[in-house]
Parts: sequence; C-alpha cells; structure tokens
Amino acid sequence: MSERVAIVIVSHSPDVARGAADMVREMVGAEVPVAWCGGNPAGGLGTDVAAIQAAIRSVNGPKGIAVLVDLGGAETNSEMAIELMSDELKGNVVICNAPIVEGAVMAATEAAGGASLEAVRATAEEFHS
Amino acid sequence: MAPDVIRALCDRAAATIIEHAQELTDLDRAIGDGDHGINMKRGFEAIAAQADELSGMAIGQALQKAGMVLVMKVGGASGPLYGSLLIAMGKSMPDVPRSGSEFAASFAEGIEAVKKRGKSEAGQKTMLDVLVPVLSAIDNEGGDLLSAARQAAEQSLNATKDMKAIKGRASFLGERSIGHLDPGARSSALLVNAVCDVLEAKV
Repeated sequence: MSERVAIVIVSHSPDVARGAADMVREMVGAEVPVAWCGGNPAGGLGTDVAAIQAAIRSVNGPKGIAVLVDLGGAETNSEMAIELMSDELKGNVVICNAPIVEGAVMAATEAAGGASLEAVRATAEEFHS
Repeated sequence: MAPDVIRALCDRAAATIIEHAQELTDLDRAIGDGDHGINMKRGFEAIAAQADELSGMAIGQALQKAGMVLVMKVGGASGPLYGSLLIAMGKSMPDVPRSGSEFAASFAEGIEAVKKRGKSEAGQKTMLDVLVPVLSAIDNEGGDLLSAARQAAEQSLNATKDMKAIKGRASFLGERSIGHLDPGARSSALLVNAVCDVLEAKV
C-alpha cells in the first residue's frame, strides 16, 4: 500500500484520461499511484459511476485520493460515485477544482513528496495557467 | 401503489423519452454537449428492462431502485440529477400516497436533492425551472392537480427559452444560450406529462 496520496483522473474521453495519466507517470514517476477512467457506460464520451468507483478502489490507500475531473458531468458523476461508497472511503477522497491535466501533474508532484491530501488538493487548485 | 401502476410509469416514461430522444439531443446540441437524448434513452431503456422487478416493489423502493439505475447507466450529469430526484422521492414516499400533498412532499424532497446535487436553484435554465413550478402547482389539496401539473410544465418549459444559462455546459455560451429551450427542462416536462398520463388513466 502506497505512502503517497493517489491520483484518479476522470474524463469524458478515455483517451484524455489515459493521456493525462501517462503524463503524470512520465513527469512524476511511478511512486504516486494513478488510476483513470473515461467514457460512459455504453463506451461513448461521458463518465461512468461504476468505473469511477472502480478507479478509486484500485488506488485506495492510507494517504487518500485526489480526483481530477474535466467538464460538468464528470464532476457530478464523481461526486455521486464517492457519495455511494463506504463512509471510510468517502472521507478519504477529495475532488480537486483544477484543470484536469495540469491539476493531475501538479497534484502528483506534490503527492510524490509525501504531502497530505489537503496539501495535494491545495497545490492542484492553486494552479492557474 | 398497485404493481400495474409502477409498470405503466416505467413504460410510459421510457416511451416518451425514447420517442423524444432526437429532440432532446437537438436541444442539447444547440446549447450543451449534445448527449442528453442518447443518455436519457439509455437510462430509461434500462428502467423499462427492469419493469418486472420494479413493479413487484413498494413505490418508495421502486423509485430508489429506478434512481440508482439512472445513476449507473446514464453517463452524463443527468444521471445523478434525475437519479437523486428519484432516490430522494423514494426515501420519503409513503407506500400508498393518499393525497396530492403527500406526493408533493416527496416531490419536494426530490427537488431539494436535485438542487444539492447540481449546486443549483430555479432561474438558472435547468430542469429545476420545470420541476419547481410543477411542485408549486400541485402543492395544494384542491382542484385538478394533473391538469395543473401539465399546465405548469408547459408554461415553465417555454419560459426557459428566454433564460440565460448559469449552470452546466450551456453556461459557457452566456448570452448565446438565450433563445433555446433547456434540454433538461424539456425532459422534465416530458416526464411530468408521462406521470400525468399514467395517473389520469388510473384515477
């Protein structure tokens, strides 16, 4: 189990989500757990509550999870996904109000140093291009 | 509530959404991301597919279950929004709603859940701009509640045309969102009419 805050990337597009996760791994390294999901339950553009929950569970650890989302429905579906999970998990996950790619890289950079979930979120949310 | 009423609600709601899926998509293409019709169709087809199971439940349970189906199947923001509406209505619905005001109380709970989920209020060119006026229209003991609901749905839907979007993708358009019906308001009006159709046939 990782001693780093984990990052979950939720995009309408699987390509965007996968690409953002690749950038995190490439720029920050493998010590920060990263999971991603994208696409609606039928495989088109959109987001999928069950897939978001699976991504969160796949990187769940003691330091918590920072979620980066793109537009509208990705945020609403992520909030719904988290709300439907166990109380223990719920308290361990935050959604960052940040641009998805830059936010993910900034959050992971902060997480790589062993920062707390709150610090990771703050760093992601401070980012303005 | 009788099993045949629940089945009729599933079938009628799904039929109207499927019938109008293209229209919802076209409205959403004008001011949103163009997926409202296809997303709602997927969600309500899933509800119709579970009509057997749903019709064997108490109405409160059936609404909660149908809400979860929308949450899991829709794939856009309308999933959690309509899902939260039905789940909150189901949690507060008596097994046998005896009056319009009992139904209205549950509907009000549902609307509060939509506001919370969408971080939104009426007046922002959303589904709430139909749901809230419909609630006001039925939240009394007298008169023809179904006609009042239909009328409120139609008037309030048309009123979204001149509103400026403040929430969701349409808000990116700012002034350009004016002049188009809101797709979420349209799907809400369709569903209000579907429920009225079923209840009218049963009363």
